[in-house]
Amino acid sequence: MLFIDPHIHMSARTTDDYERMAAAGIVAVIEPAFWLGQPRTSVGTFVDYLSSLVGWERFRASQFGIRHYCTIGLNSKEANNEALAEQVMDILPLYLGKEGVVAVGEIGYDDQTEAEDKYYRAQLALARDLGMLVQVHTPHRDKKRGTTRSMDVALEMGMEPGRVIIDHNNEETVREVLDRGFWAAFTLYPQTKMGNERMVEIARRYGAHHIFIDSSADWGKSDPLAVPKTARLMLERGIPRADVEAICYRNALVAFGQGGRFKEEDWLEPQRRDERLLFEGNSVLRGQEPRVDELPVIPERDERLLIE
Amino acid sequence: MTPVQLLGQWLASRLSGESAAWFDAGVARLRSGATDRDLFLLTSAVTRRLGMAPLGLQAADLEAAAASRAGWDPSDWTVDQAARVYLLLVSTPDGAETSRRLDRLCGAADIGELVAFHRGLPLYPDQPRHALRAAEGVRSNMRVVFEAVAHRNPYPSEQFAEQAWNQMVLKALFVGTRLDLVVGLDRRRNANLARMLCDYAHERWAASRPVSPELWRCVGPFAVGNVLDDFRRLLAGGDERERQAAALALLESPDAAGRRLIDGEPELAAAARDGRFTWDTLAESA
Repeated sequence: MLFIDPHIHMSARTTDDYERMAAAGIVAVIEPAFWLGQPRTSVGTFVDYLSSLVGWERFRASQFGIRHYCTIGLNSKEANNEALAEQVMDILPLYLGKEGVVAVGEIGYDDQTEAEDKYYRAQLALARDLGMLVQVHTPHRDKKRGTTRSMDVALEMGMEPGRVIIDHNNEETVREVLDRGFWAAFTLYPQTKMGNERMVEIARRYGAHHIFIDSSADWGKSDPLAVPKTARLMLERGIPRADVEAICYRNALVAFGQGGRFKEEDWLEPQRRDERLLFEGNSVLRGQEPRVDELPVIPERDERLLIE
Repeated sequence: MTPVQLLGQWLASRLSGESAAWFDAGVARLRSGATDRDLFLLTSAVTRRLGMAPLGLQAADLEAAAASRAGWDPSDWTVDQAARVYLLLVSTPDGAETSRRLDRLCGAADIGELVAFHRGLPLYPDQPRHALRAAEGVRSNMRVVFEAVAHRNPYPSEQFAEQAWNQMVLKALFVGTRLDLVVGLDRRRNANLARMLCDYAHERWAASRPVSPELWRCVGPFAVGNVLDDFRRLLAGGDERERQAAALALLESPDAAGRRLIDGEPELAAAARDGRFTWDTLAESA
């Protein structure tokens, strides 16, 4: 089974992670632009960060046979520094047109302040005008109300619900997101967001329509194998294979594929796309058939004595 | 014809319909007074609008290219690379302005853009002004970006001072890429480079790692005295490609002892003299 992790901050992860992710079957990742754990103090560091998302990190991933995409935007936390936010808005057009950029994101609310609202709206307008998708970060605190408001404002700014991915859902928010026609993403992140046993129950209850999962792994204690691990748990607990495949691969592909810059052929038939980014000249499948009947392999951490 | 005219002509004959209309409108906008924003949006959209197909230039095109700009070899350029370089060139004829725009473009570039803008180096106005940009490309950890400067590009051999040139050649070996595609390689060989390369070979041997036979191409004219020990080692214990490299290098040795060394291998020496193997065939057989 192949996997997509449509929300993971690879810049904060190690090469070890890339190796284990590739071994577990992850073929493509989307890295949303977010904050770095502490607020940036100048637009220059934004420029360098966004440049690394379209440049170096994309290349780094390719060295492990994983295709890397990103979403570009001003995150909600740093929208609260208005002087800086204005300058960041000015540089976003430098990046939004690039080939690996699949949506405007992750944008939305954190504390739900006026400044956050202002820049969320401005970026929704930008996405609408450029015909781009939007990836929405919903707040940790006051989540239910913040999620409703995120959707209200997206519609108000002229976005179609089917072109907006609402991320970090839970049992309390999923119903409304699906009923209103948005995409519902779930983040499997220890402690603060969803656990994967809860996710199995959501899949049992809601099925696979418009639902997909991600790890949001970053610089905090998190798990870059969250998607394949959860797939395995779902299969072991009787979720139909077709639903698992949709939740862990297909739906993210369909949702982000709407923008035309996220295509399965990029990793299945890369020779038709861009030979400059190939891993040792091969596709991520390295000439093997995808394994369709086995459970995902969760690689053990191996400690090798010899370093060559 | 100038390189700009050639690029324009090649692109015009390869684009049609919507992509041609988009491109022509963009070029017209740039010609009538380009803003940075226009240029950034146009260059970044090129791959999606025009695709990434090879330009597929014919021999006559390549002759025209070399006639328009000595040493320019766009044989493996793609449509997006040609378009990006063309857009930058039509946006301004001024060297300083080109350099400023290149800095901004490269500062926010994806890999494909970095490759294109570095391949364009031999075409930018006021050539010496772009040496730092070229050196930055050589410094890249992304091999394709390094190769955009180092391979099929006359810029380094014309503009790099000895130190920068030597670093580029050494790095090419270090990252495991070919030397035969480096323009001006033989002309820019020098004693310091030969010493650096021998040191590098010894370091590799000490670590039981393979040494590219192409390395010896830059050592031949400086193969005197103790350096000949390296060639004795290659001739005695090297594989077929290493022995061939030793023979080709020793043909250029200014030391009589070097010539005696190669004369001790009459068959190999004859094959090298007859061109049955060359530095190019050695590079291609890697």
